[in-house]
Amino acid sequence: MSNLLSVVTFLPLVGALLIAFLNADAKSNARWIAFWTTLITFLLSLLIWWNFDYTTANFQFVEEHAWLGPIRYKMGVDGISMLLVILTTFLMPITILACWESIQQRVKECMIAFLVLETLMVGAFCALDLVLFYLFFEGGLIPMFLIIGIWGGKRRVYASFKFFLYTLLGSVLMLLAMMAMYWYAGTTDVPALLNTKFPADMQWWLWLAFAASFAVKLPMWPVHTWLPDAHVEAPTGGSVILAAILLKLGGYGFLRFSLPMFPIASEQFAPLVFTLSIVAIIYTSLVALVQEDMKKLIAYSSIAHMGFVTMGIFTGSQQGIDGAMFQMLSHGIVSAALFLCVGVIYDRMHTREISAYGGLVERMPNYAFAFMVFTMANTGLPGTTGFVGEFLTLMAAFKVNTTVALFATTSVILSACYALYLYRRIIFGALEKPSLKAILDLSPREIAILGPLALLTIFYGIYPAPVLDVTAASVKNIVQNYEAAVKPAAAPLAP
Amino acid sequence: MDFSLIAPVLPEVILAVGAMALLMIGAFTSNTVTAGRQGGWLAIGVLIASAVALLMATPMGTTFEGVFISDGLTTFLKMIVLVAAALTLLLTFDDFGRAKVMLFEYPVLLLLATLGMLVMISANDLIALYLGLELQSLALYVIAAFKRDDVKSSEAGLKYFVLGAMSSGMLLYGASMVYGVTGSTGYGGIAAAMKAEGMTANIGLIVGLVFVIVGLAFKISAVPFHMWTPDVYEGSPTPVTTFFAGAPKVAAMALLIRFTQGALPDAGTQWQQIIIFLSIASMVLGAFGAIGQNNIKRLMAYSAIGHVGFALVGLSSNNVEGTAGVLMYLAIYVAMTLGTFAGILSMRRGDKTVEDISDLAGLAKTDLRFASILAVMMFSLAGIPPLAGFWSKWYVFLPAIKAGLYPLAVIGVVASVIGSFYYLRIVKIMFFDEPVTAFEPVEGKAMFVMALSAVFLIAFVLPFIGGSLVDAATAAAASVTFVSR
Repeated sequence: MSNLLSVVTFLPLVGALLIAFLNADAKSNARWIAFWTTLITFLLSLLIWWNFDYTTANFQFVEEHAWLGPIRYKMGVDGISMLLVILTTFLMPITILACWESIQQRVKECMIAFLVLETLMVGAFCALDLVLFYLFFEGGLIPMFLIIGIWGGKRRVYASFKFFLYTLLGSVLMLLAMMAMYWYAGTTDVPALLNTKFPADMQWWLWLAFAASFAVKLPMWPVHTWLPDAHVEAPTGGSVILAAILLKLGGYGFLRFSLPMFPIASEQFAPLVFTLSIVAIIYTSLVALVQEDMKKLIAYSSIAHMGFVTMGIFTGSQQGIDGAMFQMLSHGIVSAALFLCVGVIYDRMHTREISAYGGLVERMPNYAFAFMVFTMANTGLPGTTGFVGEFLTLMAAFKVNTTVALFATTSVILSACYALYLYRRIIFGALEKPSLKAILDLSPREIAILGPLALLTIFYGIYPAPVLDVTAASVKNIVQNYEAAVKPAAAPLAP
Repeated sequence: MDFSLIAPVLPEVILAVGAMALLMIGAFTSNTVTAGRQGGWLAIGVLIASAVALLMATPMGTTFEGVFISDGLTTFLKMIVLVAAALTLLLTFDDFGRAKVMLFEYPVLLLLATLGMLVMISANDLIALYLGLELQSLALYVIAAFKRDDVKSSEAGLKYFVLGAMSSGMLLYGASMVYGVTGSTGYGGIAAAMKAEGMTANIGLIVGLVFVIVGLAFKISAVPFHMWTPDVYEGSPTPVTTFFAGAPKVAAMALLIRFTQGALPDAGTQWQQIIIFLSIASMVLGAFGAIGQNNIKRLMAYSAIGHVGFALVGLSSNNVEGTAGVLMYLAIYVAMTLGTFAGILSMRRGDKTVEDISDLAGLAKTDLRFASILAVMMFSLAGIPPLAGFWSKWYVFLPAIKAGLYPLAVIGVVASVIGSFYYLRIVKIMFFDEPVTAFEPVEGKAMFVMALSAVFLIAFVLPFIGGSLVDAATAAAASVTFVSR
């Protein structure tokens, strides 16, 4: 029990090692080992949820071992990381299933890459030591680079390099900030650093350095340009992981490090973050509207949705952070599902051009239904998960700054525009193209992939309490600390 | 006879006696090919014996009137040098055997070069420094030109010799200036003389210091004294390049550490400026220079230049953590270069070795194991966690931040991102491109070295490997400042 987190983190790595010893031709074995490993990991992570104490904001399931001198191996979860861990382990079996048919070349390496990636992502959410976090956070670049580069589309090399170098450049600055924090506080232990009060001018620099990393990862406008390329070129499974989990590392980073550790700087930078969020929401929504490529459209809509996350976090209020957390989970499910939906027809037709489709509802009614659920969630229709997150963050923003909320709300219209426009062009209309005449509806495997996602989208849209209960105590703690740190700093400014 | 006098020199004595004995055996054996192979194995035995003596039977302290010093720092660095020399020699057999140049002189010269390096590491006096340096350099000039029939190899040897001789001259000139001002060639004497009023601003001393550091910067191929590196790396036989890339850098870096920390602790502000400049210039040039390279040995030369820049970041912070960082950096860097060059030695088609990056195309499809190991090397050289290359950077930038050298640190990490581009390019060629003709199967010895270093680089995150290396480096760094102050 006490080392459950380590087991969940490193179990996929064990699976990867097993696959590494397989014969190169054992495609089916590699797939099954990967699938069962991820499924067992998911079940074990549910055990964490089962034993999770909702009433405390402290870290739970904490493990601590000596490691490299002052750097200690320390893992633990609280309300914020808990759900992201579950989201990761939940999406992994689905990702493996999504790769089942579409990846036929070098299956063994592919499964190893995904399993290693899972270890690194879960580890990043659980790490309670700055250096350990960085290790997992940056280590994820290696498998993702290979996934995009080996199994990607035509411009995969360009996309993989752009992804790697962009993210690395952001992260190395964070690394220097971590070193500065180490020398100031004498430790890299996250709970200890959460209680350390950094001087205001130091916070300013540290915030910028951390933001450089998380803003690229999230991504925020204007450092988002790697995302459409990476998404478009990555194989379906890669896009799912990228959109659903890797982007969340950015949001998680803001919430775990930037806001609680540098509250004064966070308050100073909040207007900047709001501005960038609004630009992201409006600008990328407009860009999404004119895309010809389905994956690119969804990628731009991801950036817009991530704008709500940053906006929510930096309101520094209970509603805002709750909303941001919910938005991250919702986007994790919905964007993953949308990329999977694109993958379904891409596997059949081998094109992502929107104009190559039309009238699919005639041949693929089940697909049309599933796609509709996720499209509605993407627009933020009440009754789906998309609504809850957007509504909470907008409400929080309205309290802090009405103008911000006013601009951000335009997203409700804009997202409906691009999402419904996409849906109409692909699903409705007359089925005229001869190539589409013989297209088949969802296979049982695809139903098994999309079904759970659709159920969750609607269930949490109607009844969001299970999610919000988990985060409540931790978010409350963050908000209290934030307000306590900001109030005295703000007081001298008043005349 | 008083054995305590030579006890601290035991590893060096073993190497010297071993080299002489091998020379005799070689000279009196008629069959040169067998003599070469036997000599190689015997030399590895001598290196191991020296390493055992170093760990087991070498007392700490100074000898020969304080000219020669043995402490934690020297033990740590000598171990790296001895291991690197032994593994390099192991890699030499097959390649030199094919080229029919595995002659008995080679192991002897390599042992003498190693002996020179050990003396350099232990030098506590400008004269000892020069003696060690020249013994090492002269042996290296010869082995750079060891493939006598090969024009490039001869060119590399000559180029190395001419430029090396010039840098030795500069170093000697600087040493004479330092002696002239302080009246001592011993580091202890110099440090004591520095305490005098106004001494740190003495123009003669500063000129001397600059010349000595310039001479040493040439040996570690720091920019702007790096010009020889790409040509010598490319021209020398690959096993020799493997040797150049590792051990001599360690020894020359040891000289820099000892000279700056031991002899000039009070002139910190003076030498720090020089080291910071060398560091920034090397990191930036290493990062940009490698981008256009197509020959993998030239690329590794620029990579070496960049890595020296990173190691100098630790030195420029002028604190104990910085010294420990440099030690860690050297240990990890040597492991990475050994693994990479073992890979380069395995790039063979038929009887020929190929050296173009494009020859690696699609290696992941033809030999996945080879490609994966090389990819580990590349990601580690780029400094991506969790591989050891990341930790080496962590431990040199950490002290720089402590010393408040923020611009240096920012330039350094940005240079490391730029540098990661060309390491990624090699991974891209191996994994993303379509395969060309497969290589010959990797030979056992090369695979052993590659696997050894890959396992080290990956397993470094485990506490009993990384943790113990960190502890050893920290203890070693603490001992140097203790002795000199």
